[in-house]
Amino acid sequence: MKDRYDVLIVGGGPAGSTAARFAAQNGVSVCLLERDREIGVPVRCAEGVSDTGIRKIIDINPNWIAATIKRFRFHSPTKKYVDVSSNEIGYVFYRRIFDHDLAVEAAKSGVEIFTKATVCGFTKTEDGFTNVLVRYENRERTVQAKIVIAADGIESRIARMAGIRTNLALKDIESCAQVLAGNVDIDPGRIDFYLSEKWSPGGYVWVFPKGNRMANIGLGVNGSMAKGRSASEYLNEFLDQNFPNASRLTTIYGGVPVTTNLSRLVEDGLMIIGDAAHQVNPLTGGGISSAMAAGKMAGIVAADAIHCGDISRKKLCTYENEWNRTIGKDYRRFYRLKEWIRNMTDKEFEEIASAFQGMAPTDVKISSIFRMAVKNKPSLIVDAIKVFAGF
Amino acid sequence: MIRINREICDLCGVCVSVCPEDCLELTETYLRTDNNICIGCRFCIKVCPVGALSEVEESDERPL
Repeated sequence: MKDRYDVLIVGGGPAGSTAARFAAQNGVSVCLLERDREIGVPVRCAEGVSDTGIRKIIDINPNWIAATIKRFRFHSPTKKYVDVSSNEIGYVFYRRIFDHDLAVEAAKSGVEIFTKATVCGFTKTEDGFTNVLVRYENRERTVQAKIVIAADGIESRIARMAGIRTNLALKDIESCAQVLAGNVDIDPGRIDFYLSEKWSPGGYVWVFPKGNRMANIGLGVNGSMAKGRSASEYLNEFLDQNFPNASRLTTIYGGVPVTTNLSRLVEDGLMIIGDAAHQVNPLTGGGISSAMAAGKMAGIVAADAIHCGDISRKKLCTYENEWNRTIGKDYRRFYRLKEWIRNMTDKEFEEIASAFQGMAPTDVKISSIFRMAVKNKPSLIVDAIKVFAGF
Repeated sequence: MIRINREICDLCGVCVSVCPEDCLELTETYLRTDNNICIGCRFCIKVCPVGALSEVEESDERPL
């Protein structure tokens, strides 16, 4: 580890590795610090991605793909279901391999990566650079960076250290539990969603196939609606009722921010990306491709800022503005839909499922399901149409 | 103050993300609380996916 870098990135998930790669490819020196012992581990993710979302950032390696998704099924509380066939190709990834490979690509671009490296604090120098206090291999050292990129996940500690309030309201977090279930009888090319207040209040249950009779089965419970029970208790009940014979090969827990992004994504010499910036689709909880899109934007802007010798908030705002104009804009629409759907009752879920009974999957559009869901809230219909255009 | 059941805490960090006072801190292998600044809002207890957090009158944590 050297004493100074142009860009120091905290966190080795998809956001951090992508930002690192794009910054390095644009000609600046980059160091990436990962707190844990291994990039990609532990996985805290349902691992679903869209083909177009990933392909905007990187070519897809077949080794990442556990299952290819072409169909969706939505289950109502009484297990009526609605089938949807999508033109969009989706995958369930092996995040462990994917994250590892993203870091390998960053390393090949010249990024210096360190695992078991924790940021303990930082101070500003007189010339506006940042002295970052890093604990690495049981020894503290100071590393100077012109720009720090915080990609440190849901805890978002780096932004907090910089005085930015990142703490989530209870209604804006999903508390999640998931198992990798073995020996389950499922359609290997279909993702299933179960919607019910009793199974996962304010969230949903997902079944994401992973090939070879396996699936990620998990759920999210809204932080404001858990009624004193933990996500793991809800998941155990769901599995006992719906997949009583499944093996549980992996058990994981985590949280998903379901809000709009932080109002400030950059400060002087600091950029925030990924879960740390709450850059997650608040309706689906999907955050991989948006974290990578933000990483790409931030990495390119950081390199340009360093070449220009200007690391001010004003200069770095190119990233903030680009995000807010593109994905951020869509996510504000998704957030309004999520706030409506979060409060829907089992009776309302049943009504929607009933309305689509008997229809062929090719005739059911996701956009029409959501338009039905918000029919009593006309102001949201425009949002549903805009964000699901083409689905 | 907040008690952490270390037998079941999975070190996932959800509690950290909702704490309004930044009194929880996670390392790779340890979750730390600063009960001097905890305001007793119980948000962390409500979002813990495994129910590893609870509120107690005084710290009954054993020393490390």
